Amino acid sequence: MNSSAFKDTLLLVVFATAILTMPIWLKPFGAAYPDLMQRFAIYGLFAIGFNILFGLTGYLSFGHAAFLGVGSYAAVWSFKLLTMNVLPAVFFGVIVAGFFAYLIGFISLRRSGIYFSILTLAFAQMCYNLAYSVLTPITNGETGLQLTLDDPRVLDAQAAAGSIPGTTLFGIPMTGITGFYFCAVVLIIGFFISMRIFNSPFGMMLKAIKSNQNRMSYTGFNTRPYLIWAFVISGMYAGLAGSLLAVTDPLAGAERMQWTASGEVVLMTILGGAGTLVGPFLGAGLIKYFENIFSSFNEQILHEAFAALPDGLENALVGLTSLFVGEGWHLTLGLLFMVIVIFLPGGIMEGVRRIGSLFTRSGSKAKSESSTAPEAR
Amino acid sequence: MDNVVFHVADVHKSFAGLHALSDIDLSVTEGETHAIIGPNGAGKSTLLNVCIGRLKPDSGSVVFDGNTLTGKKPHEINQLGVVRVFQTPEIFPDLTLLENVMVPCLAKRDGSFKLNWFKSFRGEKSIRDHAVETLVDVGLESQVGSHASNLSRGDKRRLELAMGLAQKPKLLLLDEPTAGMARHDTNATIDLLKRIKATGMTKVIIEHDMHVVFSLADRISVLAGGRIIAQGTPDEVKGNPKVVEAYLGEEQV
Repeated sequence: MNSSAFKDTLLLVVFATAILTMPIWLKPFGAAYPDLMQRFAIYGLFAIGFNILFGLTGYLSFGHAAFLGVGSYAAVWSFKLLTMNVLPAVFFGVIVAGFFAYLIGFISLRRSGIYFSILTLAFAQMCYNLAYSVLTPITNGETGLQLTLDDPRVLDAQAAAGSIPGTTLFGIPMTGITGFYFCAVVLIIGFFISMRIFNSPFGMMLKAIKSNQNRMSYTGFNTRPYLIWAFVISGMYAGLAGSLLAVTDPLAGAERMQWTASGEVVLMTILGGAGTLVGPFLGAGLIKYFENIFSSFNEQILHEAFAALPDGLENALVGLTSLFVGEGWHLTLGLLFMVIVIFLPGGIMEGVRRIGSLFTRSGSKAKSESSTAPEAR
Repeated sequence: MDNVVFHVADVHKSFAGLHALSDIDLSVTEGETHAIIGPNGAGKSTLLNVCIGRLKPDSGSVVFDGNTLTGKKPHEINQLGVVRVFQTPEIFPDLTLLENVMVPCLAKRDGSFKLNWFKSFRGEKSIRDHAVETLVDVGLESQVGSHASNLSRGDKRRLELAMGLAQKPKLLLLDEPTAGMARHDTNATIDLLKRIKATGMTKVIIEHDMHVVFSLADRISVLAGGRIIAQGTPDEVKGNPKVVEAYLGEEQV
């Protein structure tokens, strides 16, 4: 038991180190700029939270982007009305998203399986459309909610007139690399909480619900509050991610709530490995990397890359590969997703585990307690 | 009759006009092991499903320890101390054996819902020890750490039994606890159930195997065509001509 506690601490330390040193080791990949690293951290959080619902209970929500959007709106309103300090914004983002998650979860969790998924999808689309139309006074509709010069900001001292202030953490501006470090710290805290939930009795109950929900009720558990809490917690993670999006760039638009955004977090989680701790973060990172790096490649870059080849071959190769980059990055992602789902149904983490077991088998035959749920890693 | 803890009163249940159960009246006293026997389709499983809240009777009531069970939800019935062991193993296939048994222990300790998300599941020492003990009792100690989906059918039944026993129920409802087991496993299970009987746990057993019934039961109810046709001690039932006609005649006990 002690060894597993040690493993958890080790995992947390390795994770935290990897996150905080991202500006260094992401350089060779061309991804070490703050804007993208913030995205890694924010969408990583989104996926980690989504995984608490989907990975542990098996309930597949297609509406989590709604909570992301709600979190963003709440955060921007906090910037507009209260203060440019990010902590209240994050707090309100989480709380308001949690409240929405409770309402939507309360109704959607009356059903399971595909019906649950459809209900969450319907609710999310409703939120999206409302944000676009009826709720324009709150969401500023199509234009998106932005900071303006005449926002009250009752808690802030009179700032320099004539300019819109930036977000701060007690005076430290949340732009560029500091913004990234703020997101990184929140991500590490979020990861720690998710780890505690995975290892807790509560988390075990969620796993048991996934394994055999019917049995749970005959074992004396009321599964409904368990599911509602899992839904609310994952909704709060989404709200947290949404508020961080507003922290790094204080505006909120309805397009954040669109169903494609809900679908994206499902892809991230499955790609990385649903039900694993680190997987969803890896999936989120990979997808955001593809979205930002692959999409920026154009024919020019490809021609340079293949310049050493004879002209005919160069043109053919460029023609072929250009399908997969730039606008076509979705194609690469789609292929990658298919390959992983077909050959590694457990996502990237299953690949890691297979490689890991290859090493332990060929190395010393130290069979460390395989009993303690290997899928929890 | 002294100290009736479990009472099925005048229960009727029909499915689309077919009378699955009619006029069922059954009293079980504290500490008694009551067997329900009957040919296939007699309504034994239906009766158990009514007791556990899986089915709602058309009329009549089921009372345990002063609480009416009819209309209650399955988890509420379990929390009252009425635990059912299923015939087709209802286990958690993705969890280890230890986790499979620890989960019901937590239901017993923490009630039907508790949001203890910050504690460590593996750190639940007393629950863990109790779960291991129970697994030893049913003879699964060698497989504590393996996944439940890897078990043989007979072992799944034993795990199912362990999950029920771990909750230290006040009333244990057993649905053919030895079906699908090899002979020596059956004997081991009988021994285990005898030991449990010595602790004074009240049990209702549905069983096909007459060897099991006669080695465990204090009293027997014979169900045929959805009615109780005989009730009494094993000896009384054995000699009852109605029973012989309906059931025992073909089994040659």
